[in-house]
Amino acid sequence: MTVITPSLSKDEMKKTIAKRIAKEFKANDVVTLGIGLPTEAANYVSEDMNIIFQSENGILGLGKDQQGPEYDKQIVNAGGTFVKTTKGACFYDSQTAFTIMRGGHIDAVVLGALQVDEEGSIASWQIPGKFIPGIGGSMDLIVGSKKVIVAMTHTSKNEIKIVKKCTLPLTAYKQADMIITERAVFQVRENGLILTEINPIFTLDDIKNSTTADYIISSSLKNM
Amino acid sequence: MKKIITSKEAADLIKDGSTIMVGGFLSCGVPDKIIDEIVKLKKKNLTLICNDTSYQDADKGLLIKNNLVKKVITTHIGTNPITGEKLLSGQIEVEFYPMGTLIEKIHAKGSGLGGVLTPTGIGTILEEGKQIIEIKGKKYIFEEPLGADFAIIYGTKADKYGNVNFRGTTRNFNPQMATAADTVIIQADEIVDCLDPNEVVIPGIFIDYIVEREKN
Repeated sequence: MTVITPSLSKDEMKKTIAKRIAKEFKANDVVTLGIGLPTEAANYVSEDMNIIFQSENGILGLGKDQQGPEYDKQIVNAGGTFVKTTKGACFYDSQTAFTIMRGGHIDAVVLGALQVDEEGSIASWQIPGKFIPGIGGSMDLIVGSKKVIVAMTHTSKNEIKIVKKCTLPLTAYKQADMIITERAVFQVRENGLILTEINPIFTLDDIKNSTTADYIISSSLKNM
Repeated sequence: MKKIITSKEAADLIKDGSTIMVGGFLSCGVPDKIIDEIVKLKKKNLTLICNDTSYQDADKGLLIKNNLVKKVITTHIGTNPITGEKLLSGQIEVEFYPMGTLIEKIHAKGSGLGGVLTPTGIGTILEEGKQIIEIKGKKYIFEEPLGADFAIIYGTKADKYGNVNFRGTTRNFNPQMATAADTVIIQADEIVDCLDPNEVVIPGIFIDYIVEREKN
């Protein structure tokens, strides 16, 4: 039997995930978006929500990327991109940044991961012996934010990322609150994962075949 | 009044084998001209404390590329593939900390505290070899203060009294590093006679030498 799983282009995956992330924010939330895919979510948040984006290098009130030709090189985000600020923004040093982030003042953090497991543990900072980018602000953000959203492609080159137990070094132990991929949304509960939403172009079997973590299918399963 | 020196004179102060902390978040708010001179003078066996190792051909990254560093104490090296290659091939030692832990270790040193208790890293390999202290049922990792022989930092404007201010996101690690080294050298975009006291971010007491960027 050949299993045919629908495929999305990289761009479609990104868009699907970013749009879904944006729905998680409440009006006036202070949010930190990780570098890469999570950053895209800012494009799908309506301005009247008054979401304040925080950047770990010292901005509360992070705006859109600067468009040339006159870049202000002294205003960058945590990925080094030249950015604008929004009305009411402020700058601060790294100690203040982590007082905000570790101290419980951020409503939601969205970040990518290499693996997440059924206990909500997250691995994102190294593949030993192969790829060791480091920790940056991720561990503090996860520990300190009120809500931790892992946003990532469901699999990576067919490798399963939502696993029973992370095999890579952890970034945080039992801290994820939800997982958003292009295929599905899981809530992390004390007793395990709950599949609460599915992208209607995929079947429940597609999810099952691409997830080794145990999960319960919510009785009120919705389309993403 | 503080001593105003050139970036070459600043680099000359640093001895081989020194521990240096260098300010900057990637290439924002970095003392780039002093780093260029350290590279020209080929200072060796440095231990580098920094938020990140920047990019391979820029500022902090040049210290790595030119083999001047034996050990890096940092939070992230992902933007500089040369640091990653050297780490994987055993040519450089890298000690990783969460960013919030690294900044507090530096702050602890500068402010005379005995260390830091942080919940960040509990349940991860960062616990290994560390003292875990439980307070009211919550676990914390104990981290020691971290200082250096030299802090080489950035400021936007410095006055002759050593007071410093900043524009945009250039602050990052600079204000805390100014407190935690035996000798503190600041590279400012501009030296002015006297800053408005309301604008000062780093009090002049922490600064030993000032380098003005535009003049060299």
